[in-house]
Amino acid sequence: MRRWLLPLGLIALLLAAWQVAASTGAIANALSLEDFLVPSPAEIASSLWENRGLLAENAWVTLKEILLGILCALVVGVGFAIAMHRSRLLRDASYPLIVASQAIPIVVIAPILTIWFGFGIGPKIVIIALICFFPITVNALDGLRSVDPESVKMMRSLDASRWQRFWRVEAPTALPNLFTGIKIAAVVAPIAAVFAEWAGADAGLGRLIQSDLANYQVARQFAAVAMLAAMALALIGLTALAERRVVTWR
Amino acid sequence: MRQDTRMKPESPGSQTVAAAAPLPATPADAISLRGVGHSYGDLQTLAAIELEAPAHEVLGLVGPSGCGKSTLLELVCGLQEPSAGTISVGGAIGAEARLARCAFMPQRDLLLPWYSAIDNAALALRNQGLGRREARAAAAGLFERFGLAGFEAARPDELSGGMRQRVAFLRTLIAGKPTLALDEPFAALDAITRAEMQEWLAAALRTDPRTVVLVTHDVEEALYLCDRVAVLSARVARIVAEIKAPNPRAADRDAAVTDLEFVHAREEAMRALREGSR
Repeated sequence: MRRWLLPLGLIALLLAAWQVAASTGAIANALSLEDFLVPSPAEIASSLWENRGLLAENAWVTLKEILLGILCALVVGVGFAIAMHRSRLLRDASYPLIVASQAIPIVVIAPILTIWFGFGIGPKIVIIALICFFPITVNALDGLRSVDPESVKMMRSLDASRWQRFWRVEAPTALPNLFTGIKIAAVVAPIAAVFAEWAGADAGLGRLIQSDLANYQVARQFAAVAMLAAMALALIGLTALAERRVVTWR
Repeated sequence: MRQDTRMKPESPGSQTVAAAAPLPATPADAISLRGVGHSYGDLQTLAAIELEAPAHEVLGLVGPSGCGKSTLLELVCGLQEPSAGTISVGGAIGAEARLARCAFMPQRDLLLPWYSAIDNAALALRNQGLGRREARAAAAGLFERFGLAGFEAARPDELSGGMRQRVAFLRTLIAGKPTLALDEPFAALDAITRAEMQEWLAAALRTDPRTVVLVTHDVEEALYLCDRVAVLSARVARIVAEIKAPNPRAADRDAAVTDLEFVHAREEAMRALREGSR
C-alpha cells in the first residue's frame, strides 16, 4: 500500500503545484511567455481526452517499435552473452565494442539509418535495439559469470553435459540479472523511439511531438510525453510481474 | 521455516532402491594415488602423495587449513589433472574417466533454489536422461529411508541445515557412482547437528557401502566415519601419518568416540597434525 501511496502522493503534489503555477500565469509571466505555451495539467488532460484517437493511434505505432526493438535486443543480447560466456576469446575481443556501441550518439546515427533503410519501421527497430542491447547483454553476462564454480564442479561430477549445466544451473542463476537488464532497456527504449521517429517517420508519438512542436501545440505535446512515460512504466511493471512469475525462488 | 523432524536414521533396511542399488565391492572400485604432486603456477601445493584405498573403504583426509586437501579431493574425482603422478579410480586413469566414477559433494550444500528438495536429490538422474517423474520416483524411496519423508516438495530454503546436508548427500549417492568424494560435508553445521549427521552418514554407508574419500578438518569426525585417516602436512602437503580407526561407523557414536582406543587414535592424529603444521 505504502509502495503505491507514496509515489502517487508525490505526483499529485507536483501536479497540484504545476496546476497553480500554470493557471495563475506565474510561470508564463516569469519567463515572459504567452500563456498558451505553458499548459496546466488540466489543459493537458483535456487535450489528452480530446485527442485520444490520434494519440492512441500514434502510441500504438511507437509501442510496436519499442516492443520489437526490445525483442531484437533480447534475442541478440542473450545470444551474445551466452557466446561471450562460453568463449573467453570472444569476450575479450568484443567487450570494448559493446561498450562503444553504447557511446554511439543515436541523434547522429538515426538520420543515417533512415537514409539507408527508409521511413519504415525497420530503422526504428534497429535504433531501439542498439540502445537496449547494452543493458541486456551486460546484465545477462554478469548473471552468467556469477555462477558458483563449485556448483559447476558438482554438476560435472553428476554427469551433466554442457547444455544441462547451462539450463539447470547457469540460466536460472542469470535470470534475475537478465530481468534487471530488460527493465533498464524498457526505460531507455521510449527515448530511443522518439529519436528514431524524429529522424524520419510518418507516424508515432515522437513524430507527433515533433510536429506539435512546430505548430505550438504544447498541450498535446505534453499529452504525448505523458503517454510515453506511461508506456515506460507499464513496460517495467509487466517485466517485474513476469520476473515474479518466473523467478519464484527469490 | 519448517520444523526439523530431527529424525534419527532409521535402522537401515534391506530394501534397495533402483537408483542407488548398493554395488557389490569389486577390486575395480579401489583408489590408488602414485607420486601425485600438484602446483598452481609456481605454487606447489601437493608433493609425493601415495595413497591406496581398497573398494568400499572410507578414507579420511585431514590436514591444516589451506594445505590442499580439497585440491587432492578434486584431483581424485577427475575435476582436475595432477601436475605429477597418476591417480586410478577403479582402474580409470584419465580425468574424464575418473569423473565418470566419482560423485563430488562440495563443502556447501549448493542445493539449487529453483528446484524442490527431491528434484535437487534427483539431479544426477535427470542429467543421466531420466524424465522428471521417473527421477522423482527413484529418489522418493531414499527420502523415505533417510528420514526426509514429507519434505520432497520443500524448497531448499525451507529446510534446516542438517536436512539440506542430507539432501545434498542423497544427491551425491543417487548418482550411482562407485566412489563418493565428500569435501567437509558437515563443516557448516552446529556441533549437535554435526554429530547427528555423522551418525546418519555412518548408517547410510552401512546400508549402501561405497568407496569414499572424506576431507575434513575435524579429526574426531574423520576417525568416527573413516576406516583409515591420512594426515597431511602444511603446504607443500605430504602424508605425515596414516591412522587406522579402531571402530569405524559404530552404531553408538557417543560410546565409540569416548572409547580409550579411539581417544588414543585421536591423540596420535592430533600429534601428527601438529607436527605436520610446523
